[in-house]
Amino acid sequence: MAEIQSYTMNFGPQHPAAHGVLRLVLELDGEVVQKADPHIGLLHRATEKLAESKPFNQSIGYMDRLDYVSMMCNEHAYVMAIERLLGVTPPLRAQYIRTMFDEITRILNHLMWLGAHGLDIGAMTVFLLAFKEREDLMDCYEAVSGTRMHATYYRPGGVHRDLPREMPKYQASRWRSQKDADRLNEARAAGLLEFIEAFTRRFPKAVDEYETLLTDNRIWKQRTVNIGVVSPERAMQLGFSGPMLRGSGIAWDLRKMQPYEVYSKLDFDIPVGVNGDCYDRYLVRIEELRQSNRIIAQCVEWLKRNPGPVMVADAKVRPPRRENMKGDMESLIHHFKLMTEGYCVPEGETYAAVEAPKGEFGIYLVSDGANKPYRLKCRAPGFPHLAALEEMVTGHMLADVVAVIGTQDIVFGEIDR
Amino acid sequence: MSDLAAFAVTVDEVLAGSAKRVDSLPDELAYECEPAHLLAVATALRDHPALRFEMLVDLAGVDYLDYGRSEWKTLSATGSGFSRGVTRAGGRPAGPLEAEERPSGRRFAVVAQLLSISGNRRLRLRSFCADDDEPIIDSLVGVWASANWFEREAFDLFGILFRGHPDLRRLLTDYGFIGHPFRKDFPLIGNVEVRYDPVKQRVVYEPVSIEPRTLVPRVIRHDNRYDPALIEGRGSANG
Repeated sequence: MAEIQSYTMNFGPQHPAAHGVLRLVLELDGEVVQKADPHIGLLHRATEKLAESKPFNQSIGYMDRLDYVSMMCNEHAYVMAIERLLGVTPPLRAQYIRTMFDEITRILNHLMWLGAHGLDIGAMTVFLLAFKEREDLMDCYEAVSGTRMHATYYRPGGVHRDLPREMPKYQASRWRSQKDADRLNEARAAGLLEFIEAFTRRFPKAVDEYETLLTDNRIWKQRTVNIGVVSPERAMQLGFSGPMLRGSGIAWDLRKMQPYEVYSKLDFDIPVGVNGDCYDRYLVRIEELRQSNRIIAQCVEWLKRNPGPVMVADAKVRPPRRENMKGDMESLIHHFKLMTEGYCVPEGETYAAVEAPKGEFGIYLVSDGANKPYRLKCRAPGFPHLAALEEMVTGHMLADVVAVIGTQDIVFGEIDR
Repeated sequence: MSDLAAFAVTVDEVLAGSAKRVDSLPDELAYECEPAHLLAVATALRDHPALRFEMLVDLAGVDYLDYGRSEWKTLSATGSGFSRGVTRAGGRPAGPLEAEERPSGRRFAVVAQLLSISGNRRLRLRSFCADDDEPIIDSLVGVWASANWFEREAFDLFGILFRGHPDLRRLLTDYGFIGHPFRKDFPLIGNVEVRYDPVKQRVVYEPVSIEPRTLVPRVIRHDNRYDPALIEGRGSANG
């Protein structure tokens, strides 16, 4: 019988541990990975080209659909790029709202990551627990924007509208009795800020719960310690950012180093790993959950005390109020022009980056003075991470590929764009 | 002199004229260099102890074919209906209205966003490909490993060739895709569509059956608020 030296295996594109549509062509020697060639682009929607054909504001919704588990952070980078070119600064209250929702998004993302990563390498329970808390944060999204995921809430110059005074309530139905609905609505009786505040009070306990399941778990450690080690020098060469970079021991976080919005006024810490393996990145993300919770609590505190405008007053950017449109011709014209043609952004180019949950999400925007972007480039954090997959998995076992994909927190919406 | 301006002077000194500072927002640094100098400039930016741009954050291709062309007349109008629209040919804006012809060798550009973690600074480096028909430029993979996939993407979407790239394959488009979709002369709706043919019992490619159309025209309006001559403090090459 001929001896087989190495063989090629197709991982994905329809594999639950591929986190979406990753086709990974693996060359294996026994169970040891020799080569890994990710084939991406199965979710390519040409968002950047689409954006070139639309007025600026109409592409905000597309940003949600890039990294579809950290929606508002993507919007944030996009509106920040436009704001920089327009030279407008959102009012302070809008900045606090954005900061708060960025952190809510971070928790949403990390909970999704925690659940999926756990599920990938054999911890089913975490997934269910993580999704329980996630549901409440989705309700916050719904309260401000009307949708649970693709919010389209940020606007150049602020946010679409102020925080609602009421939370959406559950209604009794064929599947939910009035008693159950009342029980669910108890926490939703007060406003959105009270709801979030209640969440921040109970969330640290929930994180403790996840940690009891994983942090000292022998199986969890066997699957993650010393897997996918990246040295700090290499992490920089490979363009890593976010927890992937911090897991390797580099204290780099845009929220601290190049603060945007109100991060410089808030009190929070940046967790840093030591060994640069999957376990350290897990610890970094868990600590980020706690820190995000701290930031949200501070924002809630401020927002409760400080009402105010949430959108710039510049009528060339902000659509007029609907009441005014009913009786004022100028407002009607302004609204019509803003909604059809949009506003022209002055000629120039800029790069705006935010610390998205997965790393640095940047928007490189070139404008030639038109009402549409001339070129829009989304710098997705997952893109360089996945590019380094081969380097991270070579020499590891096949089962570790799953752990590495999990630790990279891959989402194909942003990688394929 | 601001901190950024002082740093720009250092960069100018290190690069010694091989890259020149170009207009940017006041808080950003943007440089442009000849393609022949790209590798030397990149290596200097990475290795010089005063600069140390350890990371290439992003690399984007840009196609400047239609830059400054609008599809809507803003300075002249007639009394009848939709006459402001500019006639289109081949799905692109017909011709320059207010912008002058673009010189050759200024169509395809590669724009790299650099980050210095130790110095906490960003810098944007742009370089135009010399030939519009066959854009070739040196690959940065040897300087920053992260350039690998970014360059593959730029090759795939813009057809920019990277000299010295170890593995220049298509990245995002379909297997067997023809053309470079992010070029400005590539129609938004594409050239081919696919459907399942029950007779042939396989997926077939056909020319697109829908007409390209513009929902909102590109409009470039002159705005006094953004007129460079009327704005003070907007960063310029002279700083």
